[in-house]
Amino acid sequence: MDFGLSEEQRLLAQTLGRYLEVSISPARVREIAASDEGHDAVTWRGAAELGMAGILVPEEYGGIGLGMLDAVVAAEAFGYHCAPVPFLSASMASVALAHGGSEEQKRVWLPRIARGDAGLGVAVGGHVSRREGAGIRARRRRLHGKALFAIDSTAAAGFLVATDDARVALVSRDAPGLSIEPLHTIDATRRFSELQLESVPVDGWLEGHEGLVDLLIDAGRVVLAADMLGASQRAFDLAVAYAGERKQFDRVIGSFQAVKHLCAEMAAELEPARSLLWYAAHAFDAVPEEASLVAAHAKAHLSEVGRFVVRTATEVHGGIGFTEECDAQLFFKRVGVARSLLGTPEQVRERAGVIQGWVAA
Amino acid sequence: MDLSYGPEYEAFRQEVRKFLAEHAELARGGGMGMGMGPPSDRAREWQQLLIERGYAARTIPREYGGYGGEPDLLKRVILDEEFARAGASPGVRGQGPDMLVPTLLEHGTEEQKRTWIGPTIRGEVVWCQGYSEPGSGSDLASLQTRAREEGADFLIDGQKIWTSSAHFADMMFCLVRTEPDAPKHAGISYVLIPMDTSGIEVSPLRTMTGGAEFNQVFLSGVRVPQANVVGRRGEGWKIANTTLKHERNMLGSSGQLEASLQRLVRLMERETEDGVRAIDNPIYRDRLLQLQARVLAARYHSMRLLTCNLRGDSAGVAGLVVKLTGCELSHQIAALALDVMGELGSLYRGSRHLRDGGAWQFQHMFSLGLIIGGGTAQIQKNIISERGLGMPREPKPKTELG
Ligand SMILES: Cc1cc2nc3c(=O)[nH]c(=O)nc-3n(C[C@H](O)[C@H](O)[C@H](O)COP(=O)(O)OP(=O)(O)OC[C@H]3O[C@@H](n4cnc5c(N)ncnc54)[C@H](O)[C@@H]3O)c2cc1C
Repeated sequence: MDFGLSEEQRLLAQTLGRYLEVSISPARVREIAASDEGHDAVTWRGAAELGMAGILVPEEYGGIGLGMLDAVVAAEAFGYHCAPVPFLSASMASVALAHGGSEEQKRVWLPRIARGDAGLGVAVGGHVSRREGAGIRARRRRLHGKALFAIDSTAAAGFLVATDDARVALVSRDAPGLSIEPLHTIDATRRFSELQLESVPVDGWLEGHEGLVDLLIDAGRVVLAADMLGASQRAFDLAVAYAGERKQFDRVIGSFQAVKHLCAEMAAELEPARSLLWYAAHAFDAVPEEASLVAAHAKAHLSEVGRFVVRTATEVHGGIGFTEECDAQLFFKRVGVARSLLGTPEQVRERAGVIQGWVAA
Repeated sequence: MDLSYGPEYEAFRQEVRKFLAEHAELARGGGMGMGMGPPSDRAREWQQLLIERGYAARTIPREYGGYGGEPDLLKRVILDEEFARAGASPGVRGQGPDMLVPTLLEHGTEEQKRTWIGPTIRGEVVWCQGYSEPGSGSDLASLQTRAREEGADFLIDGQKIWTSSAHFADMMFCLVRTEPDAPKHAGISYVLIPMDTSGIEVSPLRTMTGGAEFNQVFLSGVRVPQANVVGRRGEGWKIANTTLKHERNMLGSSGQLEASLQRLVRLMERETEDGVRAIDNPIYRDRLLQLQARVLAARYHSMRLLTCNLRGDSAGVAGLVVKLTGCELSHQIAALALDVMGELGSLYRGSRHLRDGGAWQFQHMFSLGLIIGGGTAQIQKNIISERGLGMPREPKPKTELG
């Protein structure tokens, strides 16, 4: 009986952290962010060699077949380094294929994902919220409509698309009738596109699991929450370090109580949130009856904590915090986008209310 | 992470649930709030049952009157859950069982442990904490209460203030200055004082709740054997900090938060405005859900800290945040309860429209007291940033030469 990371998980965090430290410096993050694809293929390949791309891919399909808590440890590290790699879509697709894919779909896609080759973007946002007339209808084996904010879209070889009737289709990138238009958010370390589908042929349906869309979204929420934790933790660490160096009034600013208290408040928000996240990851694999509820809570809560931490960490830096040159802004933006992805905190909490029967019919 | 839940635990949960159902009446009557009064006979009867079962004083060794069980994280969690679900009192709590007892286990002599732990956990001996003085609150180490040596005894003179429960306590653990010439942190001793010793005068202070949960305590020529010092003479600051650590954990305890949240949910399912239940109002519901996330976070955080403890790992800064976050959360839960009741929330006593006996107004005020007591929120932030994050201490002002 034990609530915490195992020795292996701590080692995983350390190994991946060390690798990313070297492979993806903030300068490199900026370079990739300025590129068209916004995808660091080299770092992703290296991470794949460490097993990270296939962390949720079963061993028989070339992955290392670990659990969601391991994925969360990895996601935190990717967030901590603001890594422009498709870990989110890789995790979501691994879960979707492993649970709902046919044998052939698994054989085709899972090893690719695990190797860090071009994988699957994920377009399921319409299932959470519909705007701008988004929606996907399926007629015979063809899809019609549009999806906003397809995740990790630039480097993907195909897409998982959720239809309005909550089925999940596989579509290849070069399918006729599919147009992919980039959406430029504040965070260029993650790429999104709007998909327009005009009678796009379906490569196949993922039919092996009831409620697959919800499962996919739960997985995405947990991984995003971990990414936000990592990004906020980094912004916080930057702030504490800066407060220990910068001098004003002949003292380091970290000796001013106003500054110390901001830092204490950030720590007091981050640490319990981390504990909640660990449980959400554990529940995803081991406590199915609680998994959706705690995934929603973890996502919403990390969104709130993340917003507070990245803005406060920026403030601690003073004027430099507002500049492009300061790394804090990278994390500010990473959290800013993750916050609304797969549901704003309000939407996600509403879902938590529905799950508990708290919403009137 | 291993929260596997074998049949042994399912059986334990069933056993607890059955026990609580069988003793439903006693379970509800057995409560006691800090400073509210000594445990009633029923509360002590309840506590006795809980200790026999290992539902209270679970890990305290048998020779000191506890149950003598191994620490078990999952059983702890099951107990919290089931007690919250049943609305059952967790038994006798407070400064004696939750603060002094763990301090004695760590620093007390064998004799002190044997004398005090059993009666304290059974609720037979009630303790108060004599730390704060009129001039020494946050700056506790500046305390002035003096203890002069006289033979085998100390003679104590001074004044304590904000002493919760002193008006009905049997004993006080008290900080006194024994070495007036030593630097301020090095001159303090931690003594156990019977409250019926002559020279002690207790004068209750009325608080904003309308009750009088705390007091002024005047000490003049109070004679206490030197054997009543815990730890070594002059090392009271270290012992005091052990107690303060347990106080922070007690005040931030997640079990209370879960029970409080569940009461809030029940209130919101009951309370209606224009026929619409509070929980069906999306604004109130969203606030409830935000609090629920925090209560869940507190719960898993306490499991994480317990695990660190059992593994012998340091929790680092994660261990220092519970008092700050827990007390604030308790206050926010009460604040939402008041808001969903609208004007009715302002009623306090003696009305047929009153809800839950005015408990929410009480919690709203009392939790604010707890945000201040046990080291204020600001002092907690100093502790988190200085001890937890290693940030520089406030520079000491140069003492003026006079
Ligand atoms: C409900 C309740 C129960 C209590 N029970 C007990 C008890 O049983 N036994 C006991 O000994 N005491 C008890 N206390 C006293 C409590 O410990 C003190 O009130 C508390 O430590 C603050 O001290 P103070 O009241 O002197 O306030 P002060 O120390 O004067 O603080 C006033 C304000 O100044 C701020 N402040 C002070 N120093 C600093 C600093 N260094 N940095 C930033 N801000 C600072 C504080 O945060 C606060 O906002 C209780 C208090 C309450 C409210």
